[in-house]
Amino acid sequence: MKVSMTVNGVAVSHDVEPRTLLVQYLRENLGLTGTHVGCDTSSCGACTLILNGEAVKSCSLLAAQCEGAEVMTIEGLAASDGTLHPIQEGFREKHGLQCGYCTPGMIMSSVQLLQRNPNPSDQEIRHALEGNFCRCTGYDNIVKAVQWAASQS
Amino acid sequence: MGKMIGESIKRVEDHRFITGAGEYTDDIVLPRMTHAYILRSHLAHAKIRSVDTTAAKSADGVVAVFTGEDVAHINGIPTGWQVNFTDGEVMREPKHPLLVKDKALHVGDGVAIVIAESKEQARDAADLIEVDYEELSVVVDASKALEAGAPMVHDELPDNRAFDWQLGDKAATDAGMAKAHHVTKMKIRNQRMIANAIEPRSYIGDYSKARDQYTLYTSSQNPHVIRLLMCAFVLGIPEHKTRVVSKDVGGGFGSKIFHYAEEALVTWASQQIARPVKWTAERSEAFVTDAHGRDHNTTAEMGFDKDGNITALRVHTDANLGAYLSTFAPAIPTYLYGTLLQGQYVTPAIHVTVNGVFTHTTPVDAYRGAGRPEATYLLERLIDTAAAEMGMDPAELRMKNFIPAFDGVDQPGYQTQVALQYDSGNYEATMRKALDVLGYDDLRKEQEEARKQGRYIGVGFSSYIEACGIAPSAVVGSLGARAGLYESANVRVQPTGKVSVHTGSHSHGQGHDTTFAQVAADHLGIALEDIEIIHGDTEQVPFGMGTYGSRSLAVGGSAIVKALDKVKEKGAKVAAHLLEASEQDLEYVDGKWTVKGTDKSIGFGEVALASYVPHNFPEGLEPGIEFNSFYDPTNFTYPFGTYIAVVEVDAETGTTEIKRFVAVDDVGNVVNPMIVEGQVHGGLAQGIGQALLEGAVYDESGQLTTGTYLDYAMPRADDLPSFEVDRNVTPCPHNPLGVKGCGEAGAIGSTPAIVNAVVDALRPLGIKDLEMPLTPQKVWAAIQSANA
Repeated sequence: MKVSMTVNGVAVSHDVEPRTLLVQYLRENLGLTGTHVGCDTSSCGACTLILNGEAVKSCSLLAAQCEGAEVMTIEGLAASDGTLHPIQEGFREKHGLQCGYCTPGMIMSSVQLLQRNPNPSDQEIRHALEGNFCRCTGYDNIVKAVQWAASQS
Repeated sequence: MGKMIGESIKRVEDHRFITGAGEYTDDIVLPRMTHAYILRSHLAHAKIRSVDTTAAKSADGVVAVFTGEDVAHINGIPTGWQVNFTDGEVMREPKHPLLVKDKALHVGDGVAIVIAESKEQARDAADLIEVDYEELSVVVDASKALEAGAPMVHDELPDNRAFDWQLGDKAATDAGMAKAHHVTKMKIRNQRMIANAIEPRSYIGDYSKARDQYTLYTSSQNPHVIRLLMCAFVLGIPEHKTRVVSKDVGGGFGSKIFHYAEEALVTWASQQIARPVKWTAERSEAFVTDAHGRDHNTTAEMGFDKDGNITALRVHTDANLGAYLSTFAPAIPTYLYGTLLQGQYVTPAIHVTVNGVFTHTTPVDAYRGAGRPEATYLLERLIDTAAAEMGMDPAELRMKNFIPAFDGVDQPGYQTQVALQYDSGNYEATMRKALDVLGYDDLRKEQEEARKQGRYIGVGFSSYIEACGIAPSAVVGSLGARAGLYESANVRVQPTGKVSVHTGSHSHGQGHDTTFAQVAADHLGIALEDIEIIHGDTEQVPFGMGTYGSRSLAVGGSAIVKALDKVKEKGAKVAAHLLEASEQDLEYVDGKWTVKGTDKSIGFGEVALASYVPHNFPEGLEPGIEFNSFYDPTNFTYPFGTYIAVVEVDAETGTTEIKRFVAVDDVGNVVNPMIVEGQVHGGLAQGIGQALLEGAVYDESGQLTTGTYLDYAMPRADDLPSFEVDRNVTPCPHNPLGVKGCGEAGAIGSTPAIVNAVVDALRPLGIKDLEMPLTPQKVWAAIQSANA
């Protein structure tokens, strides 16, 4: 079947199997491998991206459900001139990542968090990111990264 | 110290990760690549009567199907360490086949591999394979597997043991126990853990028919070791025609050290079908096939004289090894466990016995800390329990028994009762700092007040030591290691003065691109940007033992320093020639060779260029600047520290809230404090996860009942506190950087601190011990029965 959507501002369209997941479509058809798969069951959050303005887990959506949608992945977050989003900078400034595997999902969840709550407390950040596993950092520096980004605006 | 070492330089590798440009194995797409799915046994112990692949072979998109029969001629997956029985019998090492042919020995044992044009087609076709199983009886617990009449894991091994082992002085320990005024005895279960790196294991085998060469892309912590094991021991293919590549790896924590059957399978299958073969684990598959960790059943006794001085320690452990011996498996419950039972204490007599036991479960191997957390947990639970039993303060009892400070330079290293010689340590200093940071006295008053109000606040200590910087080859060789554990480096100075540093260490989150570059920048006096760290490719890096056991900076970093010294030595020869001076008259400062007492100097870049454009080099001076080195440490390194947890237990719900967590570590010198703190944080999270949340559970039929992220509870952001981390510095006396390693400390020290704190909180109720993980349900039930 044919699916069409806008990914990081670019209109795309492909024939895919009906069972193709959104994350699979992005990784395999579009070569956007920044969105990762950690569990296939929407538990880990590594595949989180922004779909029509909402952070969603792309392992639990069919590409076909996203017909006509606006998708933003980690590859589309920085400005077109390469200027990083404040959350991306925050993760680097505060050592909010180690192996980097959960990082794209963690960053995309944080983008939505700051959209909804521009000045979150430590506990609000921890609560908002509880859908994203990180096995490396112990989360402390991720919390600081989000706070750093919040302080930039 | 130079300008970069000791600075919290922001990580140079971060840019690719925060922009989605990381290169993990599953991201790699090769021309004509096929996809594999592995059909696995859903039974823990079963005879395989037949496997019918007829329908699968003719399914859409299927390229090939192979079964245990097809790979029966291939050697099994080897183990890298030999621990013989105490009576001299050689370690029992049953074959660990790439796919099983006659019997499945744990849930997840591979039965067939299906290779197709897409992963979905491979999975669909696997559904068409008919396997006729005959279910057999199962044993999952190590101690039960030792009982007479227990189901046998391997037909030829009636008592299910791979080895038994002992260390220490039994007679002295018996005597020390006999004269003890007080003995604290505990049964301790250190539950089975699953590392659960968020990146699932992923491999691509790529055979080139044109060149008769093999390439394996693998999410591994040590590509050279994988190449050696796979080529020499499993497939019998030429090592020099095999390349193993591990680019970015999404976390390991030990679980990606080992050589796995799927690595050899995709490599072999690629040669069979002359196309690349990719396999990536699904999470549920990872749960039953990634090697697990811990799983000890232990009885431990610690004797004390009437003043609270430890007189002896006696330990017996049944260690679950799973169905087969994984790469490091025999070493973990022996040489990385028994040898750490001295802890930070002057215990005069120690004796430990261990059974290594096969069961119908996933193989067990190193998980962050690997043996050292198990040792630390029992020591720190024993001493805390003893303090309560003897009516002493747990901090004071520890300090009374601490080994006095020694720097390993003016004072000798400390010879333990269990084979090791500690390099340097100042245990009381980290304890005192932790007490200060915490404000211990005030906290005890607060606890007292809370108790009056019916609130349960607890304070828990843990003073850990670990052996890392693994390891002196001669020492580990004498203990049964089948490999040397040195590290290699290659430093290539480019004609423009840029420097490529190749290291056999592997970074999967540790930040080597930054830390190693800081070391090189300081030693050469050049800019960080002019240095590139290269790892994870056997074709680029001369050799390597990889990253585990908190060894990278202590061993890999030392190898880099050795190679950098050679670079400077050669550079001085070239500079002397160019400056028309004698080498002895030169000094190297800030990237320049200067003739002492003059203003005549020449920079690193000019020397580099001249080395590659040697138009007027004298006879005997070789062009180029490039050096290899191998560094074999003279001892392990011994980081240590004291952790203190403060918790409040809600008696109504059994929920534990971590109110504070203070961690004071001494990991020797520190190159990048930001990265070290990050490593400590991550370790703390995993250790706290073990204490409160995580645990792999098998039911009696051998099914893993915690096989998903919904059932296996890893810490999420709102489960953890903000950590209070501090440091002392007692340099390592035997490596050039004075560093000890920090990767595992947090995971080793934090677990007992939390359990001690929860037990301390609930002591007024008469609760003396709780088995991990301390889930709300378990704590609530303990409170209910205490109140009954």
